[in-house]
Amino acid sequence: MSTMAVARKWSGLSRTIAMFIKEFVQLRRDRLTFATMVFIPLVQLTLFGFAINTTPRHLPTAVLAYEDSDIGRSIISALRNTSYFELTEVVHSEAEMDHLMRSGKVLFGVEIPAGFERAVRRGDRPALLVAADASDPVAAGTALGALEGIVSTALARDRGLPETTEEKPAFEIRQHRRYNPAAVTSLNIVPGLLGVILTMTMLIFTALSVTREIERGTMESLLAMPIEPLEIMIGKIAPYIVIGFIQAVLILSFGILVFEVPISGSLWLLALLSTLFIATNLSIGYTFSTIAQNQLQAIQMSFMFFLPNILLSGFMFPFAGMPGWAQVIGELLPLTHYIRIVRGIMLKGADLHDLQFEALALLGLMLLAMTVAVRRFRRTLD
Amino acid sequence: MPASEGDRVNQHPPSAEGTIAIDVEGLTKSFGGRPVVRNLSLKVRRGQIYGFLGPNGSGKTTTLRMICGLLTPDGGRGTCLGYDILTEREEIKRRVGYMTQRFSLYEDLSILENLEFVARVYGMADPTTAARRAVERLDLAGRERQLAGTLSGGWKQRLALGACILPEPALLLLDEPTAGVDPKARRDFWNEIHRLAAAGMTVLVSTHYMDEAERCHEIAYIAYGELLARGMIPAVIEASGLHTYTVSGPDLNGLADRLLGMPGVDMVAPFGTSLHVAGRDAKALEATVAKLSQDQRFAWNLSSPSLEDVFIDLMARSRDDFR
Repeated sequence: MSTMAVARKWSGLSRTIAMFIKEFVQLRRDRLTFATMVFIPLVQLTLFGFAINTTPRHLPTAVLAYEDSDIGRSIISALRNTSYFELTEVVHSEAEMDHLMRSGKVLFGVEIPAGFERAVRRGDRPALLVAADASDPVAAGTALGALEGIVSTALARDRGLPETTEEKPAFEIRQHRRYNPAAVTSLNIVPGLLGVILTMTMLIFTALSVTREIERGTMESLLAMPIEPLEIMIGKIAPYIVIGFIQAVLILSFGILVFEVPISGSLWLLALLSTLFIATNLSIGYTFSTIAQNQLQAIQMSFMFFLPNILLSGFMFPFAGMPGWAQVIGELLPLTHYIRIVRGIMLKGADLHDLQFEALALLGLMLLAMTVAVRRFRRTLD
Repeated sequence: MPASEGDRVNQHPPSAEGTIAIDVEGLTKSFGGRPVVRNLSLKVRRGQIYGFLGPNGSGKTTTLRMICGLLTPDGGRGTCLGYDILTEREEIKRRVGYMTQRFSLYEDLSILENLEFVARVYGMADPTTAARRAVERLDLAGRERQLAGTLSGGWKQRLALGACILPEPALLLLDEPTAGVDPKARRDFWNEIHRLAAAGMTVLVSTHYMDEAERCHEIAYIAYGELLARGMIPAVIEASGLHTYTVSGPDLNGLADRLLGMPGVDMVAPFGTSLHVAGRDAKALEATVAKLSQDQRFAWNLSSPSLEDVFIDLMARSRDDFR
């Protein structure tokens, strides 16, 4: 074989190797990509591995007691002993209970009716009301399943009560799965999906906006013009609020028409808070854009932010089941608050009073992101 | 009203801003510990076309950026149009048009849309009309819907200049505006610059081209971040202290090699069928030329140094100092 033929045969390989080496050299220069490859998988694995729990315990529960009785107290302590329920609120009216459930502060409401103890002692088998927030069926399901047997057994040990058996319990536990009584999965998923889809698209829209100007070389001209960082930011975010709003309307219409998701609350409130949520995500994307060196980094940052939004927001796994530190992280994510808002309005008929904390949290996150973005924005090429 | 008073009104008013457009002193800037501009001082009068010359990487772009507030100097101070370059950047940006070396308008916007954007950012009263007028002035009527990215190099440069002068700035900073542009477009461009200067605009333009330098009222030469010469062109040539001979004849390459080691010869450069021989020591150079003149095949003429001779000599000397 002549040397020419050998060269021709191997030149394809050497060209491939040339490209291979070039890619590696470039990869090594890009520190953030390098960090993404090594650091992020470990952090995220640790984070999500410990945070996610599909059989949540210690779920926040409110008690409404119309009488103060030994039996009532026994029932509550029995509930607590199951470790599924955590008594977090004691309320004095139906309205208070409804507010707590609509705002998502508690997942369960236990109502002990007046004259309950007397009725039990008489053997009337009165009803104990347990309302569960079924807008998150994963969270409610396990606890409700455990409720009946465990509570009756616990009560049986209490002195002075009529004989309690599996067949003939001393009282009846009347479960009330609120907001999604038939446990239709789509009712739970579709409102959350609205938030997930908006998060993903909004982040990417603005995450590229500043880096694109830098990469295309238009930033130099822009900086030489009499325009302020705040003006640039608002001018860049505003058009996407409109686009995001149209997107939200589209998803909602589809959800209502195809998946038959109800809108129990005010459509206007939903529109208003959705706009706030859209603006918050756009601001966060814009902040990434002012930190990233190039478009690839901006996309990587958005993705790193997107993952906890899905996993720690209560969209996929029950928020109440996560350990405290993970809940703190979750509270810092806009999707967590929006999921509560959108489930609250669509399924529970929540009003602004019920959702004021979530609305304020979104507003706070948006202002925080905007402040960081304006401060991070480089006014010069230094 | 006496005529003299009327004339005074029409002249540039002796306002608080003064007659100096750019006045910077001791500008210094380094990137990652590497000095790019050292102790640079510059004065540009209003209405002047000031040429800013120097080799690649000499610090021209960095200096322009410091003047218009895009970079913060590490040291030094100064004013641009009477505003402090360190503290009054926003005022400067409102009044300065900066044309970047690389095309920096939006390639995915049309010509008209780009111009409208600029007009709006500068807060012009009627941006659409202003943009349309600019399109006509640029001779782009009929093409205003074309995307800026699809324009040829010469037209891109025209558009960039058009966008810069649209808000009617008092000062234009042009960073190598004619790099990669054909000679005809280059000439048109310079004619436009002169028209603008005649109308009272101050222009600071960086360039590599000697013919462009000669079209400036005054020039400054910068190499390795240091200002090496400045002033009107004859004065810069005079100050170089360079003496030049032109020689023509056979085998100029061989002659050039021989000349380089000889006393009094600092620089030899071929120009077509002749050779420029220059040196600062007039006596020594004369002696060398006298010796070589004995060879009848070569014709020697005393000539005046060109601007290029001066710059190449300045650069060579500065490099020696630098090392």
